[in-house]
Amino acid sequence: MNYDRIKEKLEILADAAKYDVSCSSSGGTRKNTNKGLGNSHASGICHTFTEDGRCVSLLKILLTNYCIYDCAYCVSRKSNDIQRAAFTVEEVVDLTINFYRRNYIEGLFLSSGIFKTPDFTMERLVRIAKKLRLEHNFNGYIHLKTIPGASDELMQEAGLYADRLSVNLEIPTQSGLKLLAPEKDHKQMIKPMGFVKDALVQYKEERQKFKSTPKFAPAGQSTQMIIGATQETDLQIIKVADHFYNNFNLKRVYYSGYVPVLSDTRLPALGTEVPMVRENRLYQADWLMRFYGFKADEIVDRQNPFLDLEVDPKISWALRNIDQFPINIQQAPLEMIFRIPGVGVKSAYKIVHARRFQSLSLEHLKKMGVATNRAKYFIDFKIQNNHLKHLSTIHLKQIILDESKTKYQKTFSNQLSLLNEHSFLR
Amino acid sequence: MNILSYDNTLEGFFTAVFEVYEYKYLNPKIVRQSLAQNALFSEVTPIITQQDKADRVTQRLEKQIGKEGLREILFGFLSENENFEDIVFEIIKYGIEHPNQNILKNYAHPAVLQLSKWVKSVGREAHRMEAFVRFELLQDGIYFAQIKPDFNVLPLTISYFKERYQDQKWLVYDTKRNFGIYYDLKTVEWIQLDLEIKNITQKHDQTERKYQHLWAEYFDHTNIKERKNTKLHIQHVPKRYWKYLTEKRTF
Ligand code: SF4
Repeated sequence: MNYDRIKEKLEILADAAKYDVSCSSSGGTRKNTNKGLGNSHASGICHTFTEDGRCVSLLKILLTNYCIYDCAYCVSRKSNDIQRAAFTVEEVVDLTINFYRRNYIEGLFLSSGIFKTPDFTMERLVRIAKKLRLEHNFNGYIHLKTIPGASDELMQEAGLYADRLSVNLEIPTQSGLKLLAPEKDHKQMIKPMGFVKDALVQYKEERQKFKSTPKFAPAGQSTQMIIGATQETDLQIIKVADHFYNNFNLKRVYYSGYVPVLSDTRLPALGTEVPMVRENRLYQADWLMRFYGFKADEIVDRQNPFLDLEVDPKISWALRNIDQFPINIQQAPLEMIFRIPGVGVKSAYKIVHARRFQSLSLEHLKKMGVATNRAKYFIDFKIQNNHLKHLSTIHLKQIILDESKTKYQKTFSNQLSLLNEHSFLR
Repeated sequence: MNILSYDNTLEGFFTAVFEVYEYKYLNPKIVRQSLAQNALFSEVTPIITQQDKADRVTQRLEKQIGKEGLREILFGFLSENENFEDIVFEIIKYGIEHPNQNILKNYAHPAVLQLSKWVKSVGREAHRMEAFVRFELLQDGIYFAQIKPDFNVLPLTISYFKERYQDQKWLVYDTKRNFGIYYDLKTVEWIQLDLEIKNITQKHDQTERKYQHLWAEYFDHTNIKERKNTKLHIQHVPKRYWKYLTEKRTF
């Protein structure tokens, strides 16, 4: 191993890959049945956390940061004057295996700038995954970012060896994409997603007939959107996410607050703050849609196209729909318990279990992990709840804000859970 | 008060529970031997562990609270908390009073809630060990790691390591409790070492340091400076775990 050369490449190509926020290793189903190396843990594992508090689960690198395109929002764009590097297939395989054996990672997340042609690049990504699976008996997690414009044959092969495939939408709207990445078009971006979706459906059908049908991307596909690089409203972003969840069987949509790294008149100026609170609110909204039974248009609508930055979208919904409250803890159906501000999925289940044994009090809820400082305004017990007198006041939002002294901390402690599904679901 | 001591095993504890009912001890208090010795208890009845008695208790419990419930009791035991016996005995009594209910679902009951808290902390600690253990390759081809968990979670991590690392020899050692698990490419065994683990770096394989450095470099470069959030970082990786983490060590 030429240590110095690898070290230099690793620095450059980890740097270039880090703006892809997804690092999830969940949804993998591979078992170590061949006495080989590794398996995947259904819920994924974070082996460490970066100093910005994000989960590190995979070795996330680019194969190369050479690129023939010039997307304005990307550090690797052609016109950017930076150091370039490229790993060989063997080098990526060696790093993955050696990091995995030491329990540093769950697997590999490999992406790349486009050099020569999309197929040329994609072929190399696939070759790495194939080598890991077939020559090294590697059953750890592999996430490949597919290259827009790659052929169907290569996509099909990628699905055989990868657990997850992703195509990053990056810019949520067509007009935004035109402005910032004029060489790419929306259709071309979406085409591989459609291909993966169809292949997943086909796999399911064939699998019912033939047990031996080889796996196809068992952890599904995901995408990422950059937030705050262009002028989209939260309504547009959430609609796009909802559309992809419904029509492309997406496992996850990631939201990445734009980090200004390049000076370009089309983009927010250097030094502009990363919109972290907004990003966090979008994750919360996403969570409401996926786990709490909310519909996209309940969260934002034409009158309110942006999420409230002061309070989370669940409180925001509750305040707009005060007539639905109070919710009776002892009798309300689970779907409504989910909608109480301050009640998470786990505590909702605890509540419906425990209430069969006895009447619950605010104290009980607190012990079950409910954020009672918020929940208390919205619930009703068998006994009288004095906090309810505030429910009909117009100042309820202010009362809630005043009481949650640590609201800023809260924002971030929520975010951490949202980004790392693991800790959130525990 | 009738004080019964058992041999620090879960079977011993269940035997004691059985005998409380068998001999109808009044005001029983069950304590583990290691605590009974230095406590002020004047009169202690030592219980001799009997598998058949322990089995009868677990079968009876399984009927009511299921395998999941037994697993919760095991987690409580591994917490090594000094109140373990009192709390679980209270739950057992509560279960006998309500024989047809899965009492562990009543999170409003203080003992049930306490047990569920232990389950949570022990589960989290086990999970953290799986996540934060860092193997170091030694000259003799063994991937070695040492841990010092707050609770006795090594037994819970066996399946994780065993399923994952089947084509390499490995050893995970709990230096606080002085035992470890060792996989020799065939089976996993419990072992006790008396060697000095401090100077382990002298036994490193020649490539070991390079990969440690590469990993530390990677960790540095995958971080986005503009998003720095130390508070969140520490919340996820509390400082007491840093000693395990290659990437947190300064070279
Ligand atoms: S194609 Fe990908 S790597 Fe190349 S400039 Fe665009 S976003 Fe960056």
